[in-house]
Amino acid sequence: MSSVAQKKGFGATLWDWLTTVDHKKIGILYFLGGGFFFVVGGIEAMMIRWQLYKPNNDFVSAGLFNDLITMHGTTMIFLAAMPILFGFMNAIVPLQIGARDVAFPFINSLGFWMFFFGGLFLNISWLYGEVPNAGWTSYASLSIASEGHGIDFYAIGLQIAGGGTLMAGINFLVTIINMRAPGMTYMRMPLFTWTTFVASAMILFAFPPLTIGLFFLTFDRMFGGNFFDHTMGGNTIIWEHIFWIFGHPEVYILILPAFGIFSEIFSIFSRKRLFGYPSMVFATVLIGFLGFMVWAHHMFTVGLGPTANAIFAVATMAIAVPTGVKIFNWLLTMWGGSIKVTTPMLYALGFIPSFVMGGVTGVMQGAAPLDYQLHDSYFIVAHFHYVIVGGVVLAILAATHLYWPKMFGTMLNETLGKITFTFFFIGFHMTFLIQHWLGFWGMPRRVWTYMDGQGWNLANLISTCGALLMAIGVIVLVYNVIITSIKNVKVGNDPWGDGRTLEWAIESPPIYYNFPATPLVRGLDTVWIEKMEGNETGLTPAEPIKDIHMPNGSIIPILMSFGLFIAGFGAMFRTEEAWGLPVLIFGLLWTFVSMAARSLQDDTGYYIKKDEILRDLKRKGGQK
Amino acid sequence: MMKGLKKWRLFSLLAVLTVFLAGCGQEELSTLLPAGQVGQDQFNLLLLSSGIMLLVIIVVVAIYLIALLRFRRSKLGEDHIPEQVEGSHKLELVWTIIPILLILLLAVPTVYYTYKLGDVSAMGAVDDDGNAENLVVDVTAKLYWWEFEYPNLGIVTAQELVVPMDEKVYFNLIAADVKHSFWIPAVGGKLDTNVENVNKFYLVFEKDSKNLKDGVFYGKCAELCGPSHALMDFKVKTMPRAEFDNWVAAMQASGDNQVVANPSGEAVFSQSCIGCHATSGVGESGANGPNLATFGDRNRVAGFLDHTKQDLIEWIKYPQKYKPGNKMPGFADQLSDSELDALAEYLMGLSVEK
Amino acid sequence: MDLNKKFTPETWPDHPETATLEAKNKFVGFWLFLGGETILFATLFATYIALKNSGPSGFGFSTQELYELPLVFVMTMLLLTSSLTSVFAMYHLRNFNFKKMQLWLAITAFLGLGFLMLEVYEFTHYVHLGFTYNNSAFSSAFYTLVGTHGFHVAVGLVWITLLIFRNAKRGLNLYNATKYYTFSLYWHFIDVVWVFIFTVVYLMGVIG
Repeated sequence: MSSVAQKKGFGATLWDWLTTVDHKKIGILYFLGGGFFFVVGGIEAMMIRWQLYKPNNDFVSAGLFNDLITMHGTTMIFLAAMPILFGFMNAIVPLQIGARDVAFPFINSLGFWMFFFGGLFLNISWLYGEVPNAGWTSYASLSIASEGHGIDFYAIGLQIAGGGTLMAGINFLVTIINMRAPGMTYMRMPLFTWTTFVASAMILFAFPPLTIGLFFLTFDRMFGGNFFDHTMGGNTIIWEHIFWIFGHPEVYILILPAFGIFSEIFSIFSRKRLFGYPSMVFATVLIGFLGFMVWAHHMFTVGLGPTANAIFAVATMAIAVPTGVKIFNWLLTMWGGSIKVTTPMLYALGFIPSFVMGGVTGVMQGAAPLDYQLHDSYFIVAHFHYVIVGGVVLAILAATHLYWPKMFGTMLNETLGKITFTFFFIGFHMTFLIQHWLGFWGMPRRVWTYMDGQGWNLANLISTCGALLMAIGVIVLVYNVIITSIKNVKVGNDPWGDGRTLEWAIESPPIYYNFPATPLVRGLDTVWIEKMEGNETGLTPAEPIKDIHMPNGSIIPILMSFGLFIAGFGAMFRTEEAWGLPVLIFGLLWTFVSMAARSLQDDTGYYIKKDEILRDLKRKGGQK
Repeated sequence: MMKGLKKWRLFSLLAVLTVFLAGCGQEELSTLLPAGQVGQDQFNLLLLSSGIMLLVIIVVVAIYLIALLRFRRSKLGEDHIPEQVEGSHKLELVWTIIPILLILLLAVPTVYYTYKLGDVSAMGAVDDDGNAENLVVDVTAKLYWWEFEYPNLGIVTAQELVVPMDEKVYFNLIAADVKHSFWIPAVGGKLDTNVENVNKFYLVFEKDSKNLKDGVFYGKCAELCGPSHALMDFKVKTMPRAEFDNWVAAMQASGDNQVVANPSGEAVFSQSCIGCHATSGVGESGANGPNLATFGDRNRVAGFLDHTKQDLIEWIKYPQKYKPGNKMPGFADQLSDSELDALAEYLMGLSVEK
Repeated sequence: MDLNKKFTPETWPDHPETATLEAKNKFVGFWLFLGGETILFATLFATYIALKNSGPSGFGFSTQELYELPLVFVMTMLLLTSSLTSVFAMYHLRNFNFKKMQLWLAITAFLGLGFLMLEVYEFTHYVHLGFTYNNSAFSSAFYTLVGTHGFHVAVGLVWITLLIFRNAKRGLNLYNATKYYTFSLYWHFIDVVWVFIFTVVYLMGVIG
């Protein structure tokens, strides 16, 4: 395997991508897969807003509307936001810690293909005509009663995709624990790595409850279980507890990597190290921990009793403190710095007011008696879109610009980037700010339509117009991506000019083994330190160049995931089709046999010889 | 780039102003115009929390704007390398402790109101004669309508709740099929109707509904329950105690004093509708369909359609078209136009208030 | 890594299971996986505790009367002993004694198989009494909790059988040492879970 560019045929390239275990390629796969589902979720959102722009509209039927809101939420959270964040984690974190790949490259690939097939399974429901329709939260009495296979697509699709997420979480944890370059102590890791670390720990502990909940839902619907059937002694509130014990940490899993991305951006584009680094680390860990203590604030109106409500109310308010600490530290990073408003920085600047607004409405909802009014109204819809769009999506758009050169070797157009930001940002506020008032004015959420004469018409119209602006912003971004790819102008190691961490000291995109020699890390923002001392390469090697051990690619991850995909259909149709049970067994066997093929072969990878690395270095010459 | 930045801030400001100008919403429906002590307590929490949060936002925005204006690279020069400040212990303490104090400021009233609004200890209180001291309403949420039983008074109604003013009204809440949620936004917060347990709370109604736009407060279902979740509205009529007592008496007598606006309509009803719908207000919850004793007094047909004869006939003919997934069969094929006309006239005449 | 490198008991590292980077990664990764599994079982336990004895009115099953404690006690002894034998196997792993390690692992597997067979017998007995999976919320919760544990035992048996046969000709090396070690971690884990099941489900069910 030579690093000299080869002319590969289409078939060879396709095989390369289907079998890759390279974290950089897997990062791109996650990014593209997530990006695709983001567009799907966005179309679902546009249809929702179009239905609601005027009272008594009949653009979609009531049943289709419930399908749309369910799929919009489920797709955006599980199939768009999480995978895109994984894409950036995969592409960047190993570079940031000076590693050559993640701890388990095979499992990295398996995690991606599980996400892909899980997402595919879930969205095939559209083609089948029976779509999940009980909300992304799929509360038990409605989801048990829901007719057709819609909810089954939800339970099985998420189970497969969730398995992939769990694998990715463990992978990043082990990578960060075991594979940091010499000199990179925990307190010298960049914030994006720290937030990846804490988010991965949260994934490890938050996804198992979801796994169990989905199994309970599957067993009740498809195998005669009674977990949620109150006539048989079951209890629907158990679903709510299990779902939110997963669901609340999940939203912190989404926001922490976003915080990490913004930490990088504020630092780079203020030309200043992150203010209060130890506090930022501590706040991240505290948020991760407290995130598991507050789940019942989604259940204030369930009737748990005043003591439970009071405890969870106070715990919820407590989380505001470390989050506030982070906001102030970002502001103080800018203070005294040299601020350059590039597209990523523009997103970061837009994030501060937007996320603070979303955060404070969250604290308001934490006041339980007030939440009795706000819960399940448009106020809640406004709140979570403010934190998710204003936090996670802005981070994703920012990181797309920031890390595009590192992932693809080109730079997205800055002017078009700022145009996207303008449309998206204005559209976002226009869509969701007014929804706080709709909540105050008594509009419940998840409503297919509304009567005239309730004072809600103008607000809904404004909200829909905002959504159109957001769509325009996204279209401009897609155009930006296309023309950037066509123009294909290559850039150097540090195209933004002020890179402070290891990923900016190597090529864009990096050579497949990342670093010629494992770097020595001399402090926080090690590349900045090197630059300030006059070392233009930004790197000091920790050891002499030697042979590098690399993993082989494998087709087995995609095979294993495909087997589960097949099994899912078998499980779903088991009771009504004769082929159901055989297909279920066949799919599981397919997966098991693929697993066995992997376990029974001894794949210890291959070695890149020292000579090849030296040749690559010579060829690059003075490339910066 | 500053120009572009300025523009979006201006736009947001305008948007915010527009919103504030739009006002407090409508009296029969808005949480910002509370019509009772419970809603008022919750509104007070809203004011307190908004005030605290506004303070936080102002501080954040101030630092943000000043930093952005003072430390731009275009002003400082391309070659300027800023001092790499590590942090400040003092500042970390300040912006940890002050938020904690602000949180405490919010937490204390929160805990207080949580216990106050959850206090249903007086619900079962009886006086020396064994009569219930407080009004209790048993609410059963169904797909897609609301049943209201007054267990201590022996009467039951549906879709339109009638309550006295200026006293605590206690509620037992349950769902008959899937989870719903009982919400009267102008009066107070919601409580879920679960399938496996009874939830209890109280509301206080301090405004007379006859002064409102439709003469009623609006009630909403606030938990996704199926396709017609959005159409599961109910209404609330409030009145002074004396008037309420009269209404109760009329309901208790409604079995004997049946109003027959159209005898042939009554005959159609006895044949096609009586299996699910009762016309006497005397009884308990558990019916298949809404009790119709007060149908003529109501604000809507099926909770959301206009209360006219025409809409009523359409509803009886094609319930699935109007409320997909609801449990009422359609009668378009079974009843002729004249039968429907007579039936509708009979139904519109069912009343205890006239 | 050179799979053909020959070791002796003297040259064999003190901690073979973490002697290479790949081994360290698998070691840490597996401990983390067990952390996630702990939460998985915790959720199942919480659900069981909420739903035990809960069923349609008059369904007639209760934890006090249903459970076959003597049988479960024997199962517990088998599983606990198998944990002990796996410790012996790890002792021989550390001392580069491949044959003895394989032997004790085989004994571990047999004890585990005994446990599983008795559990199948136990479940069959309950089913004959009418306590099927679909009987009630109680039954669904019981079979899912205890059945998930049994499933984990079954997976462990398949795993160790494959390891024993696959490596029979190879002997110990730094590539498979960690595989045996992670198996023993897994086996201890399901043993600990069983101790909780025995206590919370059976003992507290009958006595509590």
